[in-house]
Amino acid sequence: MESKILKIKDFNAYYDDAQVLKDINLSILKNNVTAIMGPSGCGKTTLIRAINRMHDFTPNARMEGEILLNNEDLYQMEPIIVRRKIGMVFQRPNPFPTMSIFDNVIAGYKLNGIKLSKEDRNNIVEDSLRKSAMWDEVKDNLHKKGSFLSGGQQQRLCIARALAMKPEILLLDEPTSALDPKATAHIEELISELKDYVTMILVTHNIAQAARISNYTVFLYLGELVEYDKTNKMMTTPKDKRTEEYLTGKFG
Amino acid sequence: MMLKKKNIKINGDTIFKYAIGSSVVVLIMLIVGIFVSLIVYSYPTIAKFGFGFISGHTWDPVTEEFGAYPFLIGTLITSFIALILSFPVSIMISILLSEYLKSGVIHNYVKSSVELLAGIPSIIYGFWGLFIFVPVVREVQMYFGITPYGIGILTASLILSVMIIPYSATIAYEVISLTPSEIKEAAYSLGATHFEVIRKVILPYSSSGIVAGVLLSLGRALGETMAVTMVIGNSHILPDTLFAPGNTMASVIANEFTEATSDVYLSALIEIGLLLMIVTAFINVVGKMIIKKFSVGMS
Amino acid sequence: MADKLENIKSGNMGRGNLSFRIFKDRLFKIFVFVISGLATIPLLLILFYIAKMGIASINWEFFINLPRPPGEVGGGIANALVGTLILILTSSLIAIPPAIALGVFMSENKTKSFSKWIGSGVEILQGIPSIVIGIIAYVWVVRPMGGFSALSGSVALAIMMIPFIAKSTEETLKMIPLHLKEASMALGVPYYKTILKVVMPAGLSGIVTGVIIAIARVAGETAPLLFTAFGNHFMSYSIFKPMNSLPLLIFNYAGSPYDEWHSLAWGASFVLVVMVLLLNIISKILSKRWKVKF
Repeated sequence: MESKILKIKDFNAYYDDAQVLKDINLSILKNNVTAIMGPSGCGKTTLIRAINRMHDFTPNARMEGEILLNNEDLYQMEPIIVRRKIGMVFQRPNPFPTMSIFDNVIAGYKLNGIKLSKEDRNNIVEDSLRKSAMWDEVKDNLHKKGSFLSGGQQQRLCIARALAMKPEILLLDEPTSALDPKATAHIEELISELKDYVTMILVTHNIAQAARISNYTVFLYLGELVEYDKTNKMMTTPKDKRTEEYLTGKFG
Repeated sequence: MMLKKKNIKINGDTIFKYAIGSSVVVLIMLIVGIFVSLIVYSYPTIAKFGFGFISGHTWDPVTEEFGAYPFLIGTLITSFIALILSFPVSIMISILLSEYLKSGVIHNYVKSSVELLAGIPSIIYGFWGLFIFVPVVREVQMYFGITPYGIGILTASLILSVMIIPYSATIAYEVISLTPSEIKEAAYSLGATHFEVIRKVILPYSSSGIVAGVLLSLGRALGETMAVTMVIGNSHILPDTLFAPGNTMASVIANEFTEATSDVYLSALIEIGLLLMIVTAFINVVGKMIIKKFSVGMS
Repeated sequence: MADKLENIKSGNMGRGNLSFRIFKDRLFKIFVFVISGLATIPLLLILFYIAKMGIASINWEFFINLPRPPGEVGGGIANALVGTLILILTSSLIAIPPAIALGVFMSENKTKSFSKWIGSGVEILQGIPSIVIGIIAYVWVVRPMGGFSALSGSVALAIMMIPFIAKSTEETLKMIPLHLKEASMALGVPYYKTILKVVMPAGLSGIVTGVIIAIARVAGETAPLLFTAFGNHFMSYSIFKPMNSLPLLIFNYAGSPYDEWHSLAWGASFVLVVMVLLLNIISKILSKRWKVKF
């Protein structure tokens, strides 16, 4: 029996008066890739951003319900602790332009004012870059700024940066939407490999991507959780009619 | 061939282009003319004193001995104190406007206050300083047992620091607002506090633009005349303390130009003007270059 | 290492101690608010005293009388008001045509390589300290004409206005979409008529706003007038004679030992501040009201 690392209970989200998430109940299993898919506007980005409390910066956003990480309510914790335990990779690669590759990887430690010994720093950087399959590409240029990197490399650098904090969960918000097919394939391969280290939640509007790399899939439609099941099961034998229509391209 | 001839024909377009283009001639003539005139009219002292004009400590119109060193120092000290005082304030204002309060009543209040500070004529700062602020400084000096001039280097620097806040604050606000939300979100997602995001992501990202803002306010401080002239005390002696009266390059010109009866005296004052123009032009051009580079890097 | 990471996960670290970090975050926020609030105090004090002292010395006579000798009450600043208006009018007449032409030239040639040199030239001109402009107007106009005059003061102010107006014109015209120009050219309208009748009217509000802001700037200038317009105790309408202006009157009377003259200077300061603020407000309203939508 796989353990449940994250539980979302009776979760609602509103922008001003418009409800964007309706009574979401969901348990995420440890060391799996869970894909959240659905047509645009279905609330998938809202949901993933709620998990590491990025909505705190949106003044008109309002959340109700509980999200429990190892049975602890995220909304009762300090947001900065939440975000350190739950890392995030964004749609567009966003390395810090003022920092070198090395500093980008340990940016989480630098920003949080954590002093590390030189040895620890080197270990963390090498380990994270190896996990994100970048070490061989950049090991000779660690102290250069990341501006010469390709979009795909920048995105893997961002993954390394999130991994360096040893998060328990890694949120990936359409991480390949700004990348070319080759870089996309590279990132997808990487995500499959990272399962052993970290639980991942992936938002995607690409059904094929969800099918390729996720173990579980959540289908959201108009703010409602329609179906949640093993990916191969949902892709072949969806229970809900709406899921079937989505998978066969009837809408979205 | 036919086409070429047609192009040469004088028509509305050609006249218009010449008319517009002539404005460039006016611009070039102005800049070159200003430089050449300053050099020509300050030639008597350039020839007579050479570099001694810059290093000389004595300014004596009676014996016609002119050394601008005390005024150079006065300009540098007042400008740098003003810069040091106004810089942190400008940064705080720009952080408030761009990070903490992006709109609302307080945002508008602070923003229009800064705009108003820039709009108030410098003579008003000087007049207010002389009649309201100087007596306060005098009280403070009496309390601490310092010779209560009231006027002096420090008083001028304080007024100057208020006057230049808008220049650095406006530019810092603009560049800080340009920080992409993507990298701010990246920093938050790693568990940084708002303060840590500002200090370690936003400020490094906008640093070159902030430097440019500082340079432009420095250029402004160096050339500021009236407010300084009215409260600095107009002394030709090199000041020994910050409370002592002094003079800046701009204030000595303002004070003595109409009294300068001899050609050498006039030439000495014009040479100060020349020095002032070279320094401020240099600082302004460098500042604008940094800003341009910054905004090109953005897009 | 492992230990440390455990600590990091639970948020308890020596230097990066959580509650200390949150404390620093809150402290900094308070600091930013307090400093910004304090920064607005000088402005309030200046406006308060200018209003308090200024309004006390203003009455109808203040606007229509000439300054009286010290010891006599009831003097006014009529000559400085008239002088300021004449100086602004003359300098605008001198500055506006070449400045707008320069702005049009810069926006029409923005892709050419020399345009950045022209831009730098405008910036150098704008950066020249006002006192140096005063010197220039002295050697160019006062000396050849043999005496101080309103004309020389207007030349000084005009030199200061040119870069402002040129830049705001350029920036306005740059924003006007290319398709507007193309639409006109496609109808066979010559280039110069396209610029004059299509492009410039579309940017009129921006250009006028720029002119008003430039006027607001030079209206308070003193330094370039000290040895050009010089000041005058009497009413003068001739641009070939010395002329008084509000800032000059404030400067000359502030330095005098007489209370009556100080009171005139306070009143003049109030009038000047109100005038500058009004010009700024008008420019804001204009740029909002007149804005051509594309």
